[in-house]
Amino acid sequence: MKLIIAYVQPHKLNDVKQELYKAEVYKISVTNAMGCGQQKGYHESYRGVDIEVNLLKKVRIEIAVNDAFVTPTIDAIIRGARSGEIGDGKIFVIPLEDCIRIRTGETGTTAIG
Amino acid sequence: MRKRITALLLLGLCFSFAAIAQETTVGDVATAVNMMWLVLTGALVFFMQAGFAFVETGLTRAKNATNILMKNLMDFCFGSIVFWMIGWGFMYGADKFGGVIGFSDFFKGPMDADSFSFYRDWFFQVVFAATSATIVSGAMAERTQFKSYLIYTCFISAFIYPVSGHWIWSADGWLFKLGFHDFAGSTVVHSVGGWAALMGAIVLGPRIGKYVKVDGKVSVKAFPGHNIGWAFLGVFILWFGWYGFNPGSTLSGMDGAIGRVAVTTTLGGAAGAVAALIFSWIWFKKPDASMTLNGVLAGLVAITAPCAVVSPGASVVIGLIAGLLVVLAVEFIDKILKIDDPVGAVSVHMVNGVFGTLAVGIWGNVEGKAVGLLHGGGFHQLGIQALGVVAVGAWAGITSLLLFLAIKAIFGLRVSAKEELMGLDLGEHKSEAYHGFQIFTNM
Repeated sequence: MKLIIAYVQPHKLNDVKQELYKAEVYKISVTNAMGCGQQKGYHESYRGVDIEVNLLKKVRIEIAVNDAFVTPTIDAIIRGARSGEIGDGKIFVIPLEDCIRIRTGETGTTAIG
Repeated sequence: MRKRITALLLLGLCFSFAAIAQETTVGDVATAVNMMWLVLTGALVFFMQAGFAFVETGLTRAKNATNILMKNLMDFCFGSIVFWMIGWGFMYGADKFGGVIGFSDFFKGPMDADSFSFYRDWFFQVVFAATSATIVSGAMAERTQFKSYLIYTCFISAFIYPVSGHWIWSADGWLFKLGFHDFAGSTVVHSVGGWAALMGAIVLGPRIGKYVKVDGKVSVKAFPGHNIGWAFLGVFILWFGWYGFNPGSTLSGMDGAIGRVAVTTTLGGAAGAVAALIFSWIWFKKPDASMTLNGVLAGLVAITAPCAVVSPGASVVIGLIAGLLVVLAVEFIDKILKIDDPVGAVSVHMVNGVFGTLAVGIWGNVEGKAVGLLHGGGFHQLGIQALGVVAVGAWAGITSLLLFLAIKAIFGLRVSAKEELMGLDLGEHKSEAYHGFQIFTNM
């Protein structure tokens, strides 16, 4: 079992969701996130004064999957989120110790699916 | 003590009134009343700009709020200057070619005391021209380049609106001479703006993600507005402004019809909302808020042409039909024609501008102005109304289509896909509307 965490551009979320759906990955958690990587930031301007915006709006996606689904999920996220420009985001894959479905008490791989 | 002072004051007032009465004629009083009436109602019509701004901002997404507010401010500012420079001359200048266009009085600014009526009339007319221009920003919301919109707005206020306005509202206009009746501008103002809005939306194309192809079938997506409270406030402001738009169009504070015009305007707007509410309730299973708002505006647009020649009962019927029409038109334009009009501007202003103009020929009931089909006038008035609808539709539709195609070819009309997804506030203005708030922009 793996936990896949991805940070992507907010305006790419819809494409990512559609790619995941095509790859038959239907379970997803999404939160708003702020952060910066290589993209560094951008500039806004208010009444002629420059404002440096360092923390960019990103979307954080979390998906817990069984091992067979790790590669298809990662590929789907990349297909949806990649534009080729700096700021497309990152994907982290973390080993997952356990998973419990609260309603039934199921654990492990059955609880994920 | 206090009573004695009041009595003295009253006595003094009586004397001063008597003194005025000796020098003032009835004509002077009429002049003063008309001046106050037109400047006051003109200011009410100006306030409709705020209504449009709030409706359009409320019904679109947070990432484009600054952009749409800027468009609503600047179309008035550019529009009023070009309307002074040349628009007024095309609309009310000396007639050329048998009622087709006016051509004099450009950059007009007489400084003698007798020209008060020009200034009064110009102020009352410029706010109508601006209303027509601002209708378009809603239909083209969330994807148009700011500079291209500014170019468009100069052309409609300087040329497209004044020419068809000349046909109908100038005493030399060819439609005016035929007896075409458009009291406050269902055709002159609303349908001209509505046709331009339709052409703008067609030339632009839909917002990204509005019509998505899934397995060969096009599915229609909704982009909910970000502040329905603003949309409501905007509609209330527009309705309030309409009490300048219609009653002011008597063009005289001495006109006894003002009261009835205010009543038919009220009933038309109210009936439009009721019909849209009930119809959307049956169709969509829930009373739809933004559709009901469109219903109010549809009723008001439809009653704008006939408001001075129909009875209160007829105004309710006209409003009810307008409310039905707007819901059908929104669904038809969105789901069948697949033209993306984010706020329903075409359905409200073009469809009901046309319907309201025709309604004069059906329910009109004032001898000497307009007698419609249902009151023994036969098809005569209805025929003239239909001719006006077709002529103005062709004029406004074709000129604005050519204008948008030309702007698209020369300057570009649409922002880049990336800018559209990020929001026009950041792309066009480099600043967001809601600083300090975290707003989901991942739609």
